[in-house]
Amino acid sequence: MKKKIRITLNGNVVSPEVPAHRLLLDLLRDEIGLTGTKEGCGTGDCGACTVLLDGKPVNSCLVLSGELDGADIVTIEGLQIGRELHPIQQAFIQDGGAQCGYCTPGMLMMSKALLDENPNPTEEEIRFALAGNLCRCTGYAKIVKAVQDAAMELRTRHTARQ
Amino acid sequence: MLRRFRLEEPETVKDASALLARYGEASRIYAGGTELLLAMKEGLIQYERLINVKKIPGLDRVELENGVVRIGALTTHRSLENDPLLRQQLPAFGQMERNIANVRVREMGTLGGNLCFAEPHADPGTLLMVLGAKLMAEKTSSKREIAAEQFFVDAYETCLEPDELLTEIRIPSTPRRAGVAYLKFGYLERPSVGLGLFLAWNGADTITEARVAVGCAGPKPRRVEESEGLLKGKTSKEASALLGRAGEIAGRAADAISDLHGAADYKQHIVGVLLKRAFQQILQDRSSKA
Repeated sequence: MKKKIRITLNGNVVSPEVPAHRLLLDLLRDEIGLTGTKEGCGTGDCGACTVLLDGKPVNSCLVLSGELDGADIVTIEGLQIGRELHPIQQAFIQDGGAQCGYCTPGMLMMSKALLDENPNPTEEEIRFALAGNLCRCTGYAKIVKAVQDAAMELRTRHTARQ
Repeated sequence: MLRRFRLEEPETVKDASALLARYGEASRIYAGGTELLLAMKEGLIQYERLINVKKIPGLDRVELENGVVRIGALTTHRSLENDPLLRQQLPAFGQMERNIANVRVREMGTLGGNLCFAEPHADPGTLLMVLGAKLMAEKTSSKREIAAEQFFVDAYETCLEPDELLTEIRIPSTPRRAGVAYLKFGYLERPSVGLGLFLAWNGADTITEARVAVGCAGPKPRRVEESEGLLKGKTSKEASALLGRAGEIAGRAADAISDLHGAADYKQHIVGVLLKRAFQQILQDRSSKA
């Protein structure tokens, strides 16, 4: 039995029909064609599939799309601001915070969730927030540095607007 | 890959209970889904119907009433981690919540779901036992209160009846002259060993009540009365000297099994280490407050 849901996906309203057992990750990748969100472990541990659901980071591999009617979802494809990369994306590029890139969308979305909640995190807070996002090639030093730089850039922009 | 199922969305506890009664073992309560969907994806369990209880209002509150913290079963780990009332009344519980899994699992996963799934490598049950928590179960026609110690029957098995739902967790506030610690150790995503300790003492530094619980190492969390008996009635200093013995007893009582999370004798040893550390932590907290 399929159910029509209405969701806001990266700022656009979409109304897919989904069976109850369709996971959000599969809806995004296989039906809507947004393949930026990755499947890593499929068990909620690695963070590669992180998306924002009503502003909160979740494992899209463990969320049923059938119960998302009315939800606001942001994926890696919705992170950029207009035609410009988001400061978090820019910082990851600048600091070399990616190697193979598979964990990167999840790292970016988790960093976005952290900085939305805490615009000025300590290094320890960044490491704690990203502890559930696994990278198996580049290591974490440059990722942490990228989040610190992105936080600084976002704070600078925020101050400039005031 | 998830196999097909239907999603029921009752709006009251009674309706959810009636659905459980009607569909029996072909159905299962679904809340955060962080453990259930995982097991279903692995093909370990299958259901024709999932009963989504997240639309039932009022089951995600944290309130203080007559010295008892009442936590709705649908409260997520993340909101418990950040709850100011909990931080003030039961800091050890908030700290335990903060260290469950990762942020994303804590955003979706609920305390009630965690308890009902009864995955052996879970933290809350062990701590709730030493906190003297009561779990409220409800079905169409009745409600009852279950002591945390009675709730877990075996790995993945609780004492809930087939049509009962866990609705609330009630935790008495910790008395002024008392301390609580929950410590865990593990090197995989889930803990290998968890240990909870509650100590209350009188003005003469005599331990008037001691509660020890161990979890994760074996099929279910459990209280260890024999270790508690060794510590009760002793001064802090006398009890310190008995911790090695109390830890050995608790290690054996943990009913540890050898698995990916460690060998049985290793887990037993860790129980003893954690008991000593938990005791020291409570004493340190006490002296820093004095």
